[in-house]
Amino acid sequence: MKTDYKYDVVIIGGGPGGYVAAIRASQLGLRAAVVEKEKVGGVCLNVGCIPSKSLIHQAGLYRSLSDLETLGISIDRQGFDYGKVFQKSRKAADTLSKGVNFLLKKNKVDLYNSLGTLSGKNEVSLSSGEKLTGKNIIIATGSSPREIPGFAFDEKYILSSTGAIMQEKLPESILIIGGGAIGVEFAYIMASFGVEVTVVEVMDRLLPMEDEEISGELDRAFRKQKIRVKTGTKALSKEIKDGRVSVVLEDSKGEKETLTAAKVLVAVGRRPNSAGLGLESLGIETDRGFIQVGDYYQTSVPGIYAIGDVINTPLLAHVASKEGEIAAEHIAGKNPPKRLDPLSIPSAVYSEPQVASFGYTEWQAKEEGIAYEKASFPFRGAGKSVAEERPDGFIKVLFDPATKEFLGAHCIGANATELIHEILLAKKSELLPEDIASMVHAHPTLSEAVMESMRAVEGWAIHI
Amino acid sequence: MAEKVLMLALSPTMEEGIVARWLKKEGDRVEVGDVICEVETDKATMDYESMSEGILLKILKEEGSSAAIGETIAIIGEEGENIDHLLEGEGNGDKSDVDAPAPKSEAAVPADRPEASDRGRENFDSENKTSRIKASPLARRIAEMNNISLEDISGSGPDGRIVKADVETYLAETSPAKRALGDASAASGKAAVKQPDIKTGPAAVTNYGDIEIPVSAKRRIIAERLAESKYSAPHYYLTVTVAVDNLIQTRKKVNESQPEKVSFNAFLIKFAAEALKKHPMVNASWLGDRILVRKQADIGLAVAQDDGLITPVVHDCGNKGLIAIDRELKPLIERARNNQLMPEEYQNASFTISNLGSFGIEEFTAVINPPGSAILAVGEMKKAPAVGQEGNITVQTQMKLTLSCDHRVIDGAVGAAFLKGLKDIIEDPFKALL
Repeated sequence: MKTDYKYDVVIIGGGPGGYVAAIRASQLGLRAAVVEKEKVGGVCLNVGCIPSKSLIHQAGLYRSLSDLETLGISIDRQGFDYGKVFQKSRKAADTLSKGVNFLLKKNKVDLYNSLGTLSGKNEVSLSSGEKLTGKNIIIATGSSPREIPGFAFDEKYILSSTGAIMQEKLPESILIIGGGAIGVEFAYIMASFGVEVTVVEVMDRLLPMEDEEISGELDRAFRKQKIRVKTGTKALSKEIKDGRVSVVLEDSKGEKETLTAAKVLVAVGRRPNSAGLGLESLGIETDRGFIQVGDYYQTSVPGIYAIGDVINTPLLAHVASKEGEIAAEHIAGKNPPKRLDPLSIPSAVYSEPQVASFGYTEWQAKEEGIAYEKASFPFRGAGKSVAEERPDGFIKVLFDPATKEFLGAHCIGANATELIHEILLAKKSELLPEDIASMVHAHPTLSEAVMESMRAVEGWAIHI
Repeated sequence: MAEKVLMLALSPTMEEGIVARWLKKEGDRVEVGDVICEVETDKATMDYESMSEGILLKILKEEGSSAAIGETIAIIGEEGENIDHLLEGEGNGDKSDVDAPAPKSEAAVPADRPEASDRGRENFDSENKTSRIKASPLARRIAEMNNISLEDISGSGPDGRIVKADVETYLAETSPAKRALGDASAASGKAAVKQPDIKTGPAAVTNYGDIEIPVSAKRRIIAERLAESKYSAPHYYLTVTVAVDNLIQTRKKVNESQPEKVSFNAFLIKFAAEALKKHPMVNASWLGDRILVRKQADIGLAVAQDDGLITPVVHDCGNKGLIAIDRELKPLIERARNNQLMPEEYQNASFTISNLGSFGIEEFTAVINPPGSAILAVGEMKKAPAVGQEGNITVQTQMKLTLSCDHRVIDGAVGAAFLKGLKDIIEDPFKALL
């Protein structure tokens, strides 16, 4: 039977879920193919995480010009050309996409540049009509920006995150609908380059999935950066006139207001790319578009797996990659974990200040009736933060009152997205706060704040 | 350099494995990653992949024999190498029962644990055992808090490290009494009744379409508390039928006299508090070496939530009027449903009421909500024929009350006297004044 199939596994989608699954499968001795209709690397690499990090990096450089001015240097910003910023972000994306191509080749994964659809339990059809047979299939088709009524993307006035990444010119003003990770990052980028930014969030705070204290700190930081934040506010409708967009907003009290901006970015979440794949004919179950999966990310049809944004797990590249590894290892007959532990998945937002977290927030712990205690330490207590003039933010830890087991950690401030991993490693290895508290950390570092937050758990933070 | 091939924990709960089939025979060349044998565990048959390369010099566990984690099953080395020094001390496997082909079911019975750990212990230095056992700091702390020794636990983490889950599995599989008695009971442990395992439950096969709901911390707490209550408190149940026509009339009068309607549950709480005053032993807690008789009647009311249940507590009901109780109860119930209660608002009830009357339940028995020692299960109010003293039949509105009591605290006659007192008050609310 085995020899009847061209591949052991055919993967539809070459994003961070698909290409990682393919390489892992190949490492384990399976014949693997990836079918990708655009460039490999997916949204993350081409129009998501990676180019946005390039933009953010350059936004930081631009912003630091004002710091140089405090040294008496006069800066002429005249020649500034956002087109160059854009090109650098494309270069980063292209370099990495080529890198993925190379990795696939190196691992002997066949890449088909085509749309792939399921034409049978063991068959993927390409647009050319060619059919690939696979003993197993992994669906890793990802997600697309979600629209809201009245704000269909035209990518001229009403931008999706993709449209916003691909802008070659700066607008003079932008209204961002959605205060989640994408909205917050774009607000930071745009405001850094001097664009007038308004963020509209329907929930009562920015980053509503994060801990409330984090949202509060970010709100303060954004207001300092002259970013207008309107929480508890809905965008009802828009009108495009004379090259500008007027948006009617309604706050929680029902009061209406009209704001006008050159562009509107709608970043209210993403929807799974599951339509048109041929799921129905095979009887693969979906729920609100998300493919339903069981252990090891298996769908209702044996031999077909689904991973990443197309299933209902956190829409994060690192989640997709790990799920891809688990599916590939399961196909190869290994014994991977059945699924990811949602409480050990880090999230990261790359605005300035950065936000990073894992595990329970206070509101989740309350909702689930989990007993917890908390401790926190402000970055201004760490010498390095003060020396580098980035003293805002804090590290907050939630822990079990009896055992002091880590329940969650929340970090806002410079380098938060790197610092979180020390605490996550501790949680994963079942270390206790005292283990970090008593470990010598180099001075001066931001990691000292991590150590101090653990001492705060133990009740003996020194620098506060 | 020849190396021992040890039995590994191939599944998190595995304690020993049976070598089901050797895929390599003595003298065969083995590469890293080669499957050398198949091992039957408590869960499934798994491939054993070699972590060393060389020649399979000696098979120590024949097909069908079982080996505890850490036991040597074979030796891999170079052609012609002397392995006598490695074989020394392996003989003890022969004199224990591990070589005997064991039926698979036995391997999965947790009662075997003390034995398995005895074997494991041979691998450790006799001095300073605990510190040489690999365990995560969290696992050590939980073990310490529960006063159990890490020596008794087998590790499922990397390199056999003991992790939290191992300690929790151990705790769930052994009752506090058994742990306290230690080896004495373990020796006769086979005869001991095995308690259902809260943590893992009976083995179930998951098919596609089955939904596996991760146990939330809240669900776990509910499970642990109720299981602990039902296993450790010897429950007995008393049921009585109560005529409620007078109560309905009284409630009507009360509600006519003031703007807010007072709920039936507020009446029940008030009346229970009055009855508890007369029968304080029903308002008490078992503390192991003493019984705490509570002064205040802190009465909890079981409230259903979407994902569980919670018992908001009205404190000191004996010293509160009906309307005061009702005014406290209503927002408590509302906030309980929305999961907004603070711990002090739902913990430490001295007595609990659970009312399933609105579901049409006639009568039921409830699990005692610790630290209380009794819970009152309230059934539906409905019209029923009642036979009067002269044998005449009238239509009465009745409900059934069932009291669950912890016999360690409340003897049968005490529980019965309380329930009779409560019945009397409900049937003639005027008695509450007496």
